[in-house]
Amino acid sequence: MNNDVIFGINGPVITVKNAHSFAMGEMVYVGKERLVGEIIGVTDKLTTIQCYEETTGLRPGEPIEGTGAPMNVTLGPGILDNIFDGIERPLKEIAEQAGSFIARGCAVPSLDTSRLWKVTLTVKKGDKLQGGDIYATCQETQIIEHRCMVPPTLSGTITMVKPNGSYHVNDTVAELTDNDGNVHALSLCQRWPIRTPRPVKKHLPINIPLITGQRVIDTMFPIAKGGAAAIPGGFGTGKTMTQHQLAKWCDADIIIYVGCGERGNEMSQVLEEFSALIDPKSGRPMTDRTVLIANTSNMPVAAREASIYTGVTLAEYYRDMGYHVAMMADSTSRWAEALREISGRLEEMPAEEGFPAYLPSRLAEFYERAGMVETLNDKEGSVTLIGAVSPAGSDFSEPVTQNTKRFTRCFWALDKSLAYARHYPAINWMESYSEYFPELENWYNKNLGPEFVKYRKEINKILQEENSLMEIVKLIGSDVLPDDQKLIIETARVIRVGFLQQNAFHKEDTYVPLKKQELMMKVILYLYQKAKQLVSASVPISNILATGLFDKLIKMKYDIPNNRLDMFDDYMKEIDKAMAGIVTA
Amino acid sequence: MILDYVGVKEINGSLIVLDNVPNATSEEMVTIRLDNGTTRQGRIVQMDGNRIVIQVFEGTRGISLENTETRLMGHPMELSLSPEILGRIFDGAGKPIDGLGDIFPIKKADINGTPINPVSRVYPKNFINTGISTIDVLMTLIRGQKLPIFSGSGMKHNELAVQIARQAKITDENGSNDFCIVFAAMGVKQDVADYFRRSFDESGVLSRVVMFLNLANDPIIERILTPRCALTAAEYLAFELGKHVLVIMTDMTSYCEALREFSSSKGEIPGRKGYPGYLYSDLASIYERAGIVAGKNGSVTQLPILTMPNDDVTHPVPDLTGYITEGQIQLDRGLDASGIYPPVSVLPSLSRLMKDGIGKGFTREDHSAVSNQLFAAYSKVMDARSLASVIGEEELSPVDKKYIAFGKLFESKFVNQGFNDNRSIEQSLDLGWELLAALPRSELDRVDDDMLDKYYEPAKKRVESRENQNTADKITAAEA
Repeated sequence: MNNDVIFGINGPVITVKNAHSFAMGEMVYVGKERLVGEIIGVTDKLTTIQCYEETTGLRPGEPIEGTGAPMNVTLGPGILDNIFDGIERPLKEIAEQAGSFIARGCAVPSLDTSRLWKVTLTVKKGDKLQGGDIYATCQETQIIEHRCMVPPTLSGTITMVKPNGSYHVNDTVAELTDNDGNVHALSLCQRWPIRTPRPVKKHLPINIPLITGQRVIDTMFPIAKGGAAAIPGGFGTGKTMTQHQLAKWCDADIIIYVGCGERGNEMSQVLEEFSALIDPKSGRPMTDRTVLIANTSNMPVAAREASIYTGVTLAEYYRDMGYHVAMMADSTSRWAEALREISGRLEEMPAEEGFPAYLPSRLAEFYERAGMVETLNDKEGSVTLIGAVSPAGSDFSEPVTQNTKRFTRCFWALDKSLAYARHYPAINWMESYSEYFPELENWYNKNLGPEFVKYRKEINKILQEENSLMEIVKLIGSDVLPDDQKLIIETARVIRVGFLQQNAFHKEDTYVPLKKQELMMKVILYLYQKAKQLVSASVPISNILATGLFDKLIKMKYDIPNNRLDMFDDYMKEIDKAMAGIVTA
Repeated sequence: MILDYVGVKEINGSLIVLDNVPNATSEEMVTIRLDNGTTRQGRIVQMDGNRIVIQVFEGTRGISLENTETRLMGHPMELSLSPEILGRIFDGAGKPIDGLGDIFPIKKADINGTPINPVSRVYPKNFINTGISTIDVLMTLIRGQKLPIFSGSGMKHNELAVQIARQAKITDENGSNDFCIVFAAMGVKQDVADYFRRSFDESGVLSRVVMFLNLANDPIIERILTPRCALTAAEYLAFELGKHVLVIMTDMTSYCEALREFSSSKGEIPGRKGYPGYLYSDLASIYERAGIVAGKNGSVTQLPILTMPNDDVTHPVPDLTGYITEGQIQLDRGLDASGIYPPVSVLPSLSRLMKDGIGKGFTREDHSAVSNQLFAAYSKVMDARSLASVIGEEELSPVDKKYIAFGKLFESKFVNQGFNDNRSIEQSLDLGWELLAALPRSELDRVDDDMLDKYYEPAKKRVESRENQNTADKITAAEA
């Protein structure tokens, strides 16, 4: 039956004439080299394919072969501690096969088929299983147990089970007979189409924060497990650095890091840093819980479009095992541009700035795959999505930023002027917001006590007041302000430099536990209250500043190690002493 | 069997359309012979069945529907490579134009290259000493990096590029012969290209330079090939011959304009400002060819130059470039007008790779502290200046006045540096501390105390003793 051939070639877009057997979204092999492609348009005369590899050298008349299945990925042990391209091909194996430069038509299996896994079968003959039920487990890395689940579409009775032992990814370890009497072999892996969300039992309310150890995020604009956040910022504002920090320190079980149309050198940096970093909780390298998907900007554009979906499908798979997964996508703008590029090749009618009109619905589909859920096997798992956005010309009014804002509830706006002053993370505290905070308030109250929320509010208030005072300062200078307002400006400086700004390269400051964050706020506010009392008793502010306490607090993030939180008491005492000294003098 | 196809079906700008051509391959090269005996080069850009669209590099002037014979070459655009390309001059499409004859190719390579596998990349960490204080201290160039110069018409970006090329200590410990320069000129004027050639000649490196020249009046289609040819040569020199290659490309804006012209002649849907929607991917396919590959000795470092139209950094060309490259060196017209060379606008400039290539073992332990503090202090200078422009300098607080003084010193001593002034990294760092000494110690909030004791205090003493010396000199002079 297979006599479909290439008709036209335009960059990554390939057309086939008079082919009727292809379905929308079907994965196909293009040409003699069997390049991977996907059907993106079908009419009775012309079928359109987007090709995930370079099309140079293809010629009309070469064969097209359908696979009968939608674009899908292989899910099974061996995903962790691996680096894939946008369509889940392992880059290490490609490098072994083809050398340092990526060749086309590399037929490599996604998962290492020769590796043996020590498998424990958790079912016995006669067990009735539903989709999502776990039938086998194996230790994928030292810290993550891989749980093999019945594909969500299957259910039935186990009719054969192999004994515990070592198996390859593709070996059959059990057989399931469904109600119609069909026998399905269960191996360690399964396939799932990347554009279809994996089913869950139900969505749960979002009320646990994803702790990142980054003060401005945890305290000011927290993100919930199962939430979605956007990090927009022009170039050089530190999107990638922020994403790296989150990937390194957030308390998710699994990290999926998607480098979508970004720099190759950055990916090599992630690779190098993550294998050198030791996870503080498990004492194992970070790579043990990380998957990297690297589709750098010079790799084929269609695969860039797919990489986001590949990433989120892997995330959902681990979520279904009952893990908390965080996925970082850097950057969703490159993904949107890939959409635009392909849309342009299809000569679709463009909407805003040349982006296709379906951009918002695609963004919504993607971000809606985040969530805290009860899985089919009654576990609790979550997928948290954190997408970087690279607005053209740093203008947040462009379509990708605006539409992303609609579908994420946490917005960390990166600010150029903060970045210029090397204030990192350059999250602008006036423009950013987190709609999750009210839902997380209970968690903070329960786990840290009621003060945390109170402190946060006060810190916020001082920053707000400073912001309006700065309008005046910009016009007439700070000298003319009354002392109580000068105190606000000084305190805000301590908050900005000593609290919000965080040094990713300092060994104590790169990750700060919540308790220390709270105590830092406490000390800053304590100094503020004490100083305020003195100011209202007409003590000149210059005397208070002369104690050097403000500068001392700015440096406390470095001076107080994360495991010496008792030192905060000394700071409080010192404040008391210094303030008393001023009064008696 | 080689077939010639007679005549064309359609001519549109630089594109010609041929019908009934079986066996063509995507992006294949073609030769077009006119009946007056001249030949032109072209490339297939689109195919629908047997109908193919060809872009003609030299333009379609003189082509009629009947006077051509087109021959398919059976391969994509390739560049002839051999170690002899060093010291040679080529046109934008890789043909020798220095009258020394053709290259005898040891190898031919597709100019589009193939992407480097991210797992085969080596994360760049080796600092290149350019001898320019602002760059070395504040936006350190790293071997294997792509660091563009964002400039504007009339500013001294060419001088800066030449100075970097001349002073850069790009080589490793193994010796200096491994270093070479690939220069690609896209749409620049004859005299600018000549300036580069002369400068390379004067500094005695011309025999290690490969030049690709597409001048302002050369065909735009060739301009699209120029950076690709240059980078193919660079990759050959770096990854096959093990050399450290510095690629200077000027002017990327002309390149993008050529791409826009070409795209609109193909009838593609335009994105921002008429540039094609794939401008980002296209630029990435050029810039991403910088780097270091595991197991190979050489490296490709890119120094693209682009002129921002109307000095607007949000224009698509600088904007997309900034998103791909690992930082940028931005030039400032105000500094340029006040005679400061190099007019590097410090605050928006940045090098993303410097954080891992500086400090102990690379440059000096205090490097990151100095650079952070200089950035932070200089950004306060800007605040103080904008305040001073409203209320006058006299009314500023004493601290702000110190910042104003620091800003002046910083621009005149640190940023400003002669075209022939080659400063070592130690000199530049010490100079940084001496400038910071103009600020009170309590203002230096980016540096920890040990560092301040070790560097700030001695620098302060140096400055003071120099001032005392100066006053003493003046007094002696006055007495005499």
